[in-house]
Amino acid sequence: MALEMMMSGPDYMRDPRKHQFSPYANNGGTSVAIAGDDFVMIASDTRLSRGFNIFSREQDKVFPLTPKTMMASSGCWADVLTLNKVLQARLTMYSHEHHDMMSTTAVAQLLSTMLYWRRFFPYYVSNILAGIDEEGKGVVYHYDPVGHMEKLTFSATGESVSQIQPLLDNQIGGLNMLGVKPPTMTKDLARQLIHDAFVSAAERDINTGDGIIIHTITKDGKTEETVKLRRD
Amino acid sequence: MSILNYNGGCVVAMKGKNCVAIACDLRFGVQSQTITTDFERVFELGPQLYIGLPGLATDTQTVYQRLQFRIKMYEMREGRRMKPQTLMAMAQNLLYERRFGPYFVEPVIAGLHPSTKEPYICALDLIGCPCEPADFVVSGTCSESLYGMCETTWREDMEPEDLFECISQSLVNAFDRDALSGWGAVVHIIEHDKVTTRYLKCRQD
Repeated sequence: MALEMMMSGPDYMRDPRKHQFSPYANNGGTSVAIAGDDFVMIASDTRLSRGFNIFSREQDKVFPLTPKTMMASSGCWADVLTLNKVLQARLTMYSHEHHDMMSTTAVAQLLSTMLYWRRFFPYYVSNILAGIDEEGKGVVYHYDPVGHMEKLTFSATGESVSQIQPLLDNQIGGLNMLGVKPPTMTKDLARQLIHDAFVSAAERDINTGDGIIIHTITKDGKTEETVKLRRD
Repeated sequence: MSILNYNGGCVVAMKGKNCVAIACDLRFGVQSQTITTDFERVFELGPQLYIGLPGLATDTQTVYQRLQFRIKMYEMREGRRMKPQTLMAMAQNLLYERRFGPYFVEPVIAGLHPSTKEPYICALDLIGCPCEPADFVVSGTCSESLYGMCETTWREDMEPEDLFECISQSLVNAFDRDALSGWGAVVHIIEHDKVTTRYLKCRQD
């Protein structure tokens, strides 16, 4: 006992040791959604990464929820998958109970509520929800990780949001353009803007790149298009 | 947060056809509190030579004064105007002298060569590492937004009027998404025979 005390000292003299578990990872990813009068476009890049490592070059981050709504999620990929899984279950339960699919507005509110339920251990996920509302118009909902929700006509989220959002503010919102009317959104214009925005983001952000998958939702259904981006 | 973001502010410079542009915002704040909205951080150092000094405001002023002193000494000794490339080397030297206790500014230089009128832009980091691209340079608290805007709006060989529109839209839309910069902007368009300075009207929030 005396020998042990001499070698290591009494236990109150020993260094404190700290163990920590970090429950979150940042897996990058960027999403953009633009609504028009009778359509909505939602796109995300296809790179899945952590730090300087690329896990996948072809990971779609847009999930179908109902025939009229889709959700783009990025952030911690484990949380993205879990959130999506739970949300899908809730939607199935709803459809069994009501014999009908959930409306876009209801899905939007449900997502906000589900995120806020995890207020003190949040899903580390940035979401955009895009869909066609009851009147047949395109709508975009933007969320923060704890469920704050905003209804918009265009939005960007994820890793490259700071590169893309000012461009959309200017080109779609018509901000700082005196005497210029904001354009009427068409599918061609939306597609072109999404493409330009992602090309610029991929140029400057290492966590965005490889490709874009652009989903278009109309009252007649969904279509999908893949565009290549730089892969370095 | 870094001391570089303590006072807020941003600068952007772009190359055009036989011209360059440099622009900055006008906010001077202490973290989220705005103190004044007439703080220019782009300075004239010669007839066609400008430097922007975003970063810690006290160092903005110190670095400007020290550079001005060194330039005056240089021009007296040499009896000729300073080239933008020389100013870059001078700023580099000034910043690297403080390698282990740096000035918290990340300068942007824009100008025309005094004799050939060749456009020149350059950005330095706080210890003087230079970056001399062919298109544009950004610096300050909303540099990410500025990269996004400039990357989409910049085109090769723009005339002075187009360059003004491009740099103004890039700057204003970028800093509108940043709480630490904005509250007015000033743009200098530098041509071989004149410099046009315009103050932009923008949102005040």
